[in-house]
Amino acid sequence: MNTHAQHADHVHHDPVGAKTGMWLFLFTELLLFGGLFIIYAVYRSQYTSDFHHAAGDLNVWMGVTNTVVLLTSSLTMVLAVGALQRRNGGLAQFYLTSTMFLAGTFLLIKLFEWSAKFSHHLYPGSEHLNSLPNGEGLFFNLYFMMTGLHGIHVIIGLVVMAVVNNRIQNGTVTADNQGILEYTGLYWHLVDLVWIFLLPLFYLTN
Amino acid sequence: MEHANAVEHHPVPDRTQLNVFVWLIVLTAITVTGSVLYPGRIGTSVAVIVTPIKATLILMYFMHLKYERPVFVVMFFVAIGILATVLGLTLVDYLYR
Repeated sequence: MNTHAQHADHVHHDPVGAKTGMWLFLFTELLLFGGLFIIYAVYRSQYTSDFHHAAGDLNVWMGVTNTVVLLTSSLTMVLAVGALQRRNGGLAQFYLTSTMFLAGTFLLIKLFEWSAKFSHHLYPGSEHLNSLPNGEGLFFNLYFMMTGLHGIHVIIGLVVMAVVNNRIQNGTVTADNQGILEYTGLYWHLVDLVWIFLLPLFYLTN
Repeated sequence: MEHANAVEHHPVPDRTQLNVFVWLIVLTAITVTGSVLYPGRIGTSVAVIVTPIKATLILMYFMHLKYERPVFVVMFFVAIGILATVLGLTLVDYLYR
């Protein structure tokens, strides 16, 4: 119980418990996106040619660029965690800020992509979308739904990263208390993981 | 004290993570090339094979599962198992009704 005495004046830390909790949360996220993947799988099997045709309207290169942006942001995120564990808070902040910058870049590209679709009167509930063949309409609705839900996750990640960055700055998150950065990292990699699957499902289906 | 910290203080070398990143980019390039040059069956097959490999790399290295206690991996497979079961049952229902 040596540990207890030394930590008596601190908040009780339970890294394994905390990490288990974070993973359980990530599983619920996985099942949330998983539900949408199931809907996608069913309708793609029913409207295969419509899906292929509709996917041709998406810009492959925007999707690929965003994949590279997100993968890079995942790298800077693990580097941030590593830097803090090696007690280099400044470097950790640099990497974390880079991650935030890349997350912003991702959203910006997404914004261009969506506005291009909107300007072609292609958005959920639009007359044009409703006039498309069944399968194509489903494809675009799923596209907006899934990339939209993913985008919300990116925005949440951005906010959380800003908070963590601030806490590293004021010294509440340190090498000895780096859990929150590590869990933010786990969340961010999950966001990346989901995108890895969205790329072939929507952009590379043509 | 040592035990409590043992869980937290094992930074994976930056070099390892950099290698993983390079592989992820290479695999992305393979997937994209596959589906741009060979749209259809071949392109889809490449994506179906390569995407899970990318996911595994992210889970093992970036998300650290390779270095965690086995129980985390078991938990992960339970979650994926549930998803796969529901997906399988749904597809069987739709394809054979």
